[in-house]
Amino acid sequence: MPAMSLSSRLNKAVRQQYLNLPQGEKSQITYIWIDGTGEGLRNKTRTLDFEPKSLDEIPEWNFDGSSTYQSEGSNSDMYLIPVRMFRDPFTLDPNKLVLCEVLKYNRLPAETNHRASCMKVMEEIKEHCMWFGMEQEFTLLGIDGHPFSWPTNGFPRPQGPYYCGVGADSAYGRDIVECHYKACLFAGINIYGTNAEVMPSQWEFQVGPCEGIEMGDHLWVARFLLHRVCEDFGIIATLDPKPVQGNWNGAGCHTNVSTKQMREEGGLQYIEQAIDKLSKRHPQHIQMYDPSGGKDNMRRLTGLHETASIHEFSAGVANRGASIRIPRQVGQEKKGYFEDRRPAANCDPYAVTKIIASTCLLYSEDKEESM
Amino acid sequence: MATSSSATLSKTVKQQYMDLPQGDKCQAMYLWIDGTGEGLRCKTRTLDFEPKSIDDLPEWNFDGSSTYQSEGSNSDMYLIPAAMFRDPFRKDPNKLVLCEVLKYNRKPAETNLRLTCNKVMEMVEDQIPWFGMEQEYTILGTDGHPFGWPSNGFPGPQGPYYCGVGADKAYGRDIVEAHYRACLYAGVEICGTNAEVMPAQWEFQVGPCEGINMGDHLWAARFILHRVCEDFGVVASFDPKPIPGNWNGAGCHTNFSTKEMREDGGLKAIEDSIEKLGKRHSYHIRAYDPKGGLDNARRLTGHHETSNINEFSAGVANRGASIRIPRQVGQEKKGYFEDRRPSANCDPYGVTEAMIRTCLLSEEGDEPVDY
Repeated sequence: MPAMSLSSRLNKAVRQQYLNLPQGEKSQITYIWIDGTGEGLRNKTRTLDFEPKSLDEIPEWNFDGSSTYQSEGSNSDMYLIPVRMFRDPFTLDPNKLVLCEVLKYNRLPAETNHRASCMKVMEEIKEHCMWFGMEQEFTLLGIDGHPFSWPTNGFPRPQGPYYCGVGADSAYGRDIVECHYKACLFAGINIYGTNAEVMPSQWEFQVGPCEGIEMGDHLWVARFLLHRVCEDFGIIATLDPKPVQGNWNGAGCHTNVSTKQMREEGGLQYIEQAIDKLSKRHPQHIQMYDPSGGKDNMRRLTGLHETASIHEFSAGVANRGASIRIPRQVGQEKKGYFEDRRPAANCDPYAVTKIIASTCLLYSEDKEESM
Repeated sequence: MATSSSATLSKTVKQQYMDLPQGDKCQAMYLWIDGTGEGLRCKTRTLDFEPKSIDDLPEWNFDGSSTYQSEGSNSDMYLIPAAMFRDPFRKDPNKLVLCEVLKYNRKPAETNLRLTCNKVMEMVEDQIPWFGMEQEYTILGTDGHPFGWPSNGFPGPQGPYYCGVGADKAYGRDIVEAHYRACLYAGVEICGTNAEVMPAQWEFQVGPCEGINMGDHLWAARFILHRVCEDFGVVASFDPKPIPGNWNGAGCHTNFSTKEMREDGGLKAIEDSIEKLGKRHSYHIRAYDPKGGLDNARRLTGHHETSNINEFSAGVANRGASIRIPRQVGQEKKGYFEDRRPSANCDPYGVTEAMIRTCLLSEEGDEPVDY
């Protein structure tokens, strides 16, 4: 029996009988936030006497930050500020999921609240209509920490047949991906697509195109849905950027970027300008592309396994070994978008989109000091 | 028990997610043939509308360096939608989209045999060529041993299994039943199924299909088979000789007719075609498996209802011949004939193209003509 949680063996038919009970006028609102690790998600639920139609109807709340690595016990209350609402694919209409920003006791943003500063940058560059699409890779693990469906204490055949594969010997855990996709569509997440990845038990979904602050909002909630779906099945999704050592791919969060100018005729010159600016700030970006200031990515960006080396910046058309890849089609049509392949799977999308927007649209060499 | 871990994930939980409504969104799963010429790959994208025809579907692209199709430094390859089916796994309004693969320079990929097949089919359109292909396959556990066979052993010798019934004769009928229904739902022209001579071996037939549709429908049926087996946690193999020794191999007998052959006195046209085929045996053998004949060499031994790979033969009701004319056709002096040489893992585009070139375009010699 593979390593699945005991919870997943609780009788789901029994659960369904209860979840089918009508709830009258009440609605259940689940508040979601990012904890002190900058990677973990937390949630708690409250009852409202009505179905909220918009964000303004959802009250602020608070929580015990000393239990989420976010504050001391002696001064532990932290604020939850609702920022975006989605339908709840687990307990269904009229219930909601509400993504929140975290504020400290003094109403300043918590350390891992990168949304506040991201929002400021996105406001400043609004006229450029910057769109993002992020490709979230993840690996399925059993609760023993070994990749799901891998032989106990062993390894499957080497990489080759798994990418976009089909069949029980190539695709491990497709049910999770199928359910997550449907859950995202129901909730209102801008999910673009999915595919099986190069390492067995590794998958990817893409969120976008999203403008500005929406990218971070949609990706964080999509991640919450992923963890929650895996929980239902009794296994685990990890966003660790290098879950298995050796000749096995890592997991990234390739970030596709464009502005209005890049998408229009002759946009390629703006893409090239942006890449030039990015090339001058490689270490600053690496620092923001995982929650440990670049240490996580060191295990992943080796120059092998379709990554660029962490020490060098490079760019190229259709080149998956470069830091930045310009898609073939964009090279031909001379307009479109570019792909930054450096962000790790466990990056904070607010931090990533903020620094990309700043470097490409607000940076100049003499302004470096203030950035 | 060699079924996959994925098969133990709760299907009740899965159903709850799969029942979620998806609004106006549609999931389109793009399918393509990888660099091996036998493997199938797939990935999905969200559309904001339900496509009504193939023209509604956008081109896409993928990383060919992960499917044995290109180098990492120049990896983008194009997916061109070619045939659309309903999705029997995600159901309406979702679609399966079979695609052709083009290289970065828009030329067909090495294993894209559909392009030239289509060209040749258009040339002989007025002769209304029909095909029916009998796809044999073996069900294996994830340990590679035939499904239902004793571990590390063998069942009783062949004899009782062909079209058999009973738990001691029919191994894995659930897969066949599910696959049949899924094909009917999808719109694939499946015309029948039966249990085959070797235990855990089965067959389904697709046809009659005109021209290019034969390849399209057979590839879609193969994808559906792999996906159904994945759901059950077992593997479908198209290897032409999965078990050496006194066990049948697996072929893809190809039935063929033209308007002329189907009309009164058509037997003459059938005999003319067979004569042409007889002069081009080695060209056909090269086209009848993905390794230029090496796979078939293990199967076409002259035993187990096959002809010998080194000789060409034809006969009425003769299953030991390369070409069999069904008894009924011999009597009515019109109908079709059966080429028994193609291997189970053949590319149906390659097989049907070869038939047309030799029989209807009267080509001779070892190389196809470049029109």
